[in-house]
Amino acid sequence: MATQHAAPNPLGLLAELTHRCPLGCPYCSNPLVLDQRADELDTATWARVFREAAGLGVLQVHLSGGEPAARRDLKEIVAAAREAGLYSNLITSAVGLTPKTLSALADAGLDHVQISIQDSEQESADHIAGYKGASARKRALAAEVVRLGLPLTVNMVVHRANIERIEQMVELALSLGASRVEIAHVQYYGWALKNRAALMPSREQVEQAVAQVEKLRAQHHGRIVIDAVVPDYYARFPKPCVGGWGRRSINVTPAGKVLPCHAAEVIPGLEFWNVREHSLSDIWRASPAFSAFRGTDWMQEPCKSCSRRDQDFGGCRCQAFLIVGDAQAADPVCHLSPHHALIADLAAVREDVAYSYRSS
Amino acid sequence: MVQVGNIASSAKPRLPRGVRLVHNEAQGGWVLLAPERVFKADAVAVEILKRCTGEASVDAIVDDLAKAFVGAPRERIHADVVKLIGGLADKKLLEL
Repeated sequence: MATQHAAPNPLGLLAELTHRCPLGCPYCSNPLVLDQRADELDTATWARVFREAAGLGVLQVHLSGGEPAARRDLKEIVAAAREAGLYSNLITSAVGLTPKTLSALADAGLDHVQISIQDSEQESADHIAGYKGASARKRALAAEVVRLGLPLTVNMVVHRANIERIEQMVELALSLGASRVEIAHVQYYGWALKNRAALMPSREQVEQAVAQVEKLRAQHHGRIVIDAVVPDYYARFPKPCVGGWGRRSINVTPAGKVLPCHAAEVIPGLEFWNVREHSLSDIWRASPAFSAFRGTDWMQEPCKSCSRRDQDFGGCRCQAFLIVGDAQAADPVCHLSPHHALIADLAAVREDVAYSYRSS
Repeated sequence: MVQVGNIASSAKPRLPRGVRLVHNEAQGGWVLLAPERVFKADAVAVEILKRCTGEASVDAIVDDLAKAFVGAPRERIHADVVKLIGGLADKKLLEL
């Protein structure tokens, strides 16, 4: 499926440093089969990847996982990002990250910290994380981030168990000293897909949540930035996933595989290249997986002739495959998709069953 | 919320930790990097932002720009500076 589209300059690199994580969040977007520690890229390879990314135009690197602090060389990795000229963003659970390590990361040039918080109510938060005491540790580390003068984003993944406490969660983010809060409705991939029935909110809950976020934005304007990730099972149009396939972002897995998005491995038949064998530039420009859905040549109707095709890029390829069984189909979240009714059927399946916690 | 008209001429704007102005060849110019955000900075914005060091007051920045860009009216420069600074402060990208 070669296309004529020239590769644009990517902006962001999601560096999944490890899949290891002390938490078991049921909405984790990591794959069900996790990369093992023995297969993780070493420090020098990450440093090379960062230099190659910067050369391609990447401006920001998101150090993610799993829990990045599970890596003993995190400080060296942060320093390498800085040396490559990248803006570094640490996406952490805060569990297993000590104040001492955090301070070393700040000295190494870390630009920004994002801490996940599971709920404003501590008991519920610990239950969702599958880790007793996680909530208290997160709050303590958030205070350290602020004390060191680093900007703090609090990320709150929203689902049926906490969706009615968005106001309290934003209050918590403010009290922790965050300058930014992300209200992220669960996206159903990986472990989240496995737990969909246990996580899915109702349409009424989602509508109230969206209105609530608008209200809080106006109320706290200038005090805290509130960003929201939309609940796409209740949307009319699909999300422009990763800003368009192979257009803005690059994802490198712990073992060095390079993906157009973190869920892309669910699509059968895509050939992913690895940074151990290819330069990031070659992978971005020429690897089969990145070329597969770049541009618009691959599209079918209704996307092909749609006036929004350069706006939402047909939505999410993984979702099209996972729900419709065809990665070239329109994302069924779109009301123009002939399979749109499937989404409402799936959203209607809501069961209060025990979470299937992600394993590590 | 920062009111544009309310920015004191004595305020000393500066980029907070976590906000950096960098030049990137591949992206074709100057960009302001912030948490989960990237802003392309045009020529005017770059000249203003380079002077937001926390040491120069708004008045001093305007004076300096008026000296550097002879012919541009001071009121116009002042309006540009206050508009940019106010907008960025609102987004938590600048401290006053």
